[in-house]
Amino acid sequence: MTSEHILQPQSGRVPHAESPISAPFWEGCAKHELRYQRCADCGQATFPPSEHCRFCLSFRLDWMASVGLGEIYSWTVVHRPVTAEFAPPYAPAIVQLREGYQLLTNMIGVAADELRVGLGVRVEFCSVNPDLTLPYFTKLDVAGPAAPAD
Amino acid sequence: MSARKRTAAIVGVYNTRQGRRLDGETSRSLALEAVRGALDDAGIELDSVDGITSGELSTTLIYDLRLGPAWQGFGFGLGMITEAAAAIENGLAEAVVLVAAQAGEYREHEATAPWTRPENEFVASWGMFTAAEFALIARRHMHAYGTTREQLSIVAATIRNNGARNPEAVYYQRGPFVPDDITASRPIADPFHLLDCATTSEGGCALVVANVEKFDVARPPVYVLGSGFDFYGPSYQHPPAWDLTGRSETDPNGVVGRRAADLAFAHAGLDRDEVDVLELYDPFSFEIIRQLEAFRFCPDGDGGPFVADGHIAIDGSHPVTTDGGTMSFSHAGTNPQMMQRAIRAVQQVRGNAGPLQVPDAHIALCSNGGAGAMFTTVLLLGDQPR
Repeated sequence: MTSEHILQPQSGRVPHAESPISAPFWEGCAKHELRYQRCADCGQATFPPSEHCRFCLSFRLDWMASVGLGEIYSWTVVHRPVTAEFAPPYAPAIVQLREGYQLLTNMIGVAADELRVGLGVRVEFCSVNPDLTLPYFTKLDVAGPAAPAD
Repeated sequence: MSARKRTAAIVGVYNTRQGRRLDGETSRSLALEAVRGALDDAGIELDSVDGITSGELSTTLIYDLRLGPAWQGFGFGLGMITEAAAAIENGLAEAVVLVAAQAGEYREHEATAPWTRPENEFVASWGMFTAAEFALIARRHMHAYGTTREQLSIVAATIRNNGARNPEAVYYQRGPFVPDDITASRPIADPFHLLDCATTSEGGCALVVANVEKFDVARPPVYVLGSGFDFYGPSYQHPPAWDLTGRSETDPNGVVGRRAADLAFAHAGLDRDEVDVLELYDPFSFEIIRQLEAFRFCPDGDGGPFVADGHIAIDGSHPVTTDGGTMSFSHAGTNPQMMQRAIRAVQQVRGNAGPLQVPDAHIALCSNGGAGAMFTTVLLLGDQPR
């Protein structure tokens, strides 16, 4: 299998924003730590970051480190990029994390035809540009960091 | 029979010319043409209008059309109609114009249309846009129920073939398509290919909702018999998960619109089998399969075989999206395409749908939204107040 069949991270000026509420998440990404919030009162995990627990509305949310393991809940492979900043193909996926929350990501380091619901995955941090490290996900049995996209 | 007499009805509809690109037109020029056209259709003068609803443009249009003091609506899509009817039935207005139009806002096609790619920090970095959002929903259904690529293609071919026969459609005479033509088009966001997806275009439209006891209207009124509105959150900011639930833990996002349909039918006092035509919103082929299940026209998981058995064809038991929808008729931005489901329903109930007229159409169901956008709304229209 040639590298062009393996999904690659982006390397351009992908759009990005952050807010005061989400700053700990992005700081975690820069340190290759996947962070999420857990309610100190009811124990539920919540994501994306919020001011309050989406379950019991408590404001006592603690930032936690996820082990970054989970499985694909749903996936797609995009061939027509949303904007020219994105190099196709890329594979948006919803990942169900072991800690009990979902996040949107892109799959890398795996062939598009290997993607399936239930595939075991782990987080793979990639610096898409000097200012932004994104939490991509890859197949669980792929060892080591993904090759850079060049 | 409803507890109180219905006094509000849709009395005018109008579509401007729709086109991939309408050179020389602006959103405002199309909006004004649509306002005049819908009022002419209704036989109501602009001077009689005391309400307007046009999304964020309502206030501007009240000023620029010199309609003040006037009621203004805040809804969008089908919600504009229910809101205007409620305003009239509660004595807040007598004649409300609903209008939306778009031209010149999407001419550089290197990127997808601006209204398909809202920005959010947990979405934008992953290259998301509407096709990918709806693909994540479709994939779950294919996983859970074995829905096939062929079944998606049957939906798209059916709707596009309606559009091919509609002289007002952007893609008039583009067709006919067989399902294999859909599958053979280039891939966009797996499982969707180009012809599974809405087109983008320019155009405008308007409706008039008025108190039929106050105006001697030119056309048979079309009544709002029932409606329902289900939202699961902001569109395109969170993962569009099929299994997302709220506190009730019922009717997950994958069947969003079920509560809305149940409410609409309860309001109308109608059963599913009394509906003659389904003007379903069709941003992507799979959404039709999903809505047929969500609205209880077929059991959960049976939507694929249901469309494959020919039910949704123009001469089938459940004809859908008879103008060609967003795939073939027009997709001119966020609001026109939504309102145009109701305009087509009015045309069908009036018997004005030309070569695509469903015989003896008296009751029409319209929808907006979809699970990829985490909302679905439903409107039931009929030619009798009931």
